[in-house]
Order: sequence, then structure tokens, then C-alpha cells
Amino acid sequence: MNAFPFSDYIVVGIFGLAVGTTLAGALIATLSTRIIRGVCGLMISCVGLAGLYYFLNSPFLALMEILIYVGAVCVTIVFGVMLSEPDEPPEIGKRHHAILWGGGAMLVCAAVFATAAHLGVRGNWPVSPVRVNDGSVKAIGTSLLTTYSMAFELISLVLLVAIVGALVVARFGRTKE
Amino acid sequence: MNLLHLHEQPAVYLVVAAFLLAVGIYGLIRRRTLIGMLIAGEIIFSAASLNIMAVNRFMAPDPTVGQIFVLFIMALAAAEVSIALSIIIAVYRNYRSIESAGLSELKG
Repeated sequence: MNAFPFSDYIVVGIFGLAVGTTLAGALIATLSTRIIRGVCGLMISCVGLAGLYYFLNSPFLALMEILIYVGAVCVTIVFGVMLSEPDEPPEIGKRHHAILWGGGAMLVCAAVFATAAHLGVRGNWPVSPVRVNDGSVKAIGTSLLTTYSMAFELISLVLLVAIVGALVVARFGRTKE
Repeated sequence: MNLLHLHEQPAVYLVVAAFLLAVGIYGLIRRRTLIGMLIAGEIIFSAASLNIMAVNRFMAPDPTVGQIFVLFIMALAAAEVSIALSIIIAVYRNYRSIESAGLSELKG
């Protein structure tokens, strides 16, 4: 059905690359001891996630993910790391406490993962028979400016309040010294 | 399950999102600095976004709704990061540390 014989394999390879990048980035972000490596892991994870969004028929969100997360959020966190301390402090307290906490956290996460993955794989998800539009950028723009215009304006207000609030909080910290 | 059409099955995306959620919760429990916990929170956000997008692509009748919702999640995450970082920097000025265990005093 395709003109190029191996195109299916290439698509699956790129999909596997996106999934692997997402998972590896998340693991780096969580398990590294230096915070700056964690930020880099978050960046890698977001790039992989953008690939997954592309596979989910949404190139618009893939671009937005790279713009907002890799371009803005991660760079802001890097600024935060530069203004505070770069490393995780060494563990204080007894060693077997740390092992106990680590094991407990691992158990909780394994339970969460098993439950959510079981629901995802075995759940009886209904498939919608009709599509009212194609989900293109044009359709997104139309519904952003008609159905969701109020929420859109409120989001811009939230961002403004967040910027002003961030400035106020950081300034009060400075005048106190 | 055909391996060549792996990217057209919702279960794969849902399992990846479940893994991201689990990793994010692990990071939120185990990280000892505020910035590390913030990064873990971002991973939980991306798990939620991926889940919403997978359901939106395969099961929802209107495919724009999920995309707009994820866009709003991204905007709220950006706002949250800016506020959280300013609080973290204010905390670092006062305590000379961003360790979460040292912030147990309420008066300040």
C-alpha cells in the first residue's frame, strides 16, 4: 500500500525512539543526583513527548511542547538552579531509614503503575463512532475563539497574575535582608 | 497485537503515561530539594497531558477538545513554575538551602 517498502518499519522505529526518549528522560530527571542533570532529563523527556504528540495527530501540540517546556520552563528552572544551590544535599540520618523510604516509594510507584497500566490495557474503552471535525490547527483556532474564548482569556489573566506574583514574592525576599 | 501498528493503539500511550506518573510520584517522594520536586511535578503534568491526548485521539468525538485542554495545562504549568521558582529563591535567601526537610517551621 505504501510506495516505499520499509516505511512501516521506519515509522515504528521513530515511534520507539520517541517512547524511549520520553521514558529515559523521565528516569534521568528523577534519579540523577545533580539538579542540572535532572533539568536536562526533563528537557529530553519533553522532546520525546513532543514526538508522541506528533504521533497522536497533533503537530500543533508537539510544537507547543517544545516551545513552552524545552524553551521556557526548563530554561526558567535552569535560572532557578543558578540562583540557588546546584546539588542535592547528602542524605542525613541513618542508612537503613533511607533504604526503607526508597523501598516504600518504589512499592507505591509500582502499585500506581500496575493499576494505571492495567486500566489502560484491559479497560473497556468505548470508541466514538463519529468525528465532528478533523482536529486540525484551523479547527483548534475556531474553537479557541468561539467555545473556549472565556477560558482562553482567563488563562491569559492567570499568566499575568503569576508573573506579577512571582515578581512580588522574589522582591520581598530581597528587601528583608 | 501487530507490532507494525504499535503507534495506532491507545494502550501503548496509556502505559507510557502510567509509567511517567509512577516515575513522577517516585521523584516527588524521594527528591530532597524543592527544585527536584518541581521537576517531578512537571513529569506528572506531562503524564496527565499524554493520557488526555491519547483518549482524545482514539475515543473522543471532537479531537480539538483534548488539544485545547492540554494547551491550558501547559499554560498553567508555566505559571506554576514561575511562582514556584520565585518562592524557592525567596526560601533560599532566607534559609541558605533549598532542602525540603529544613522548611518545617511555619513562623517566618
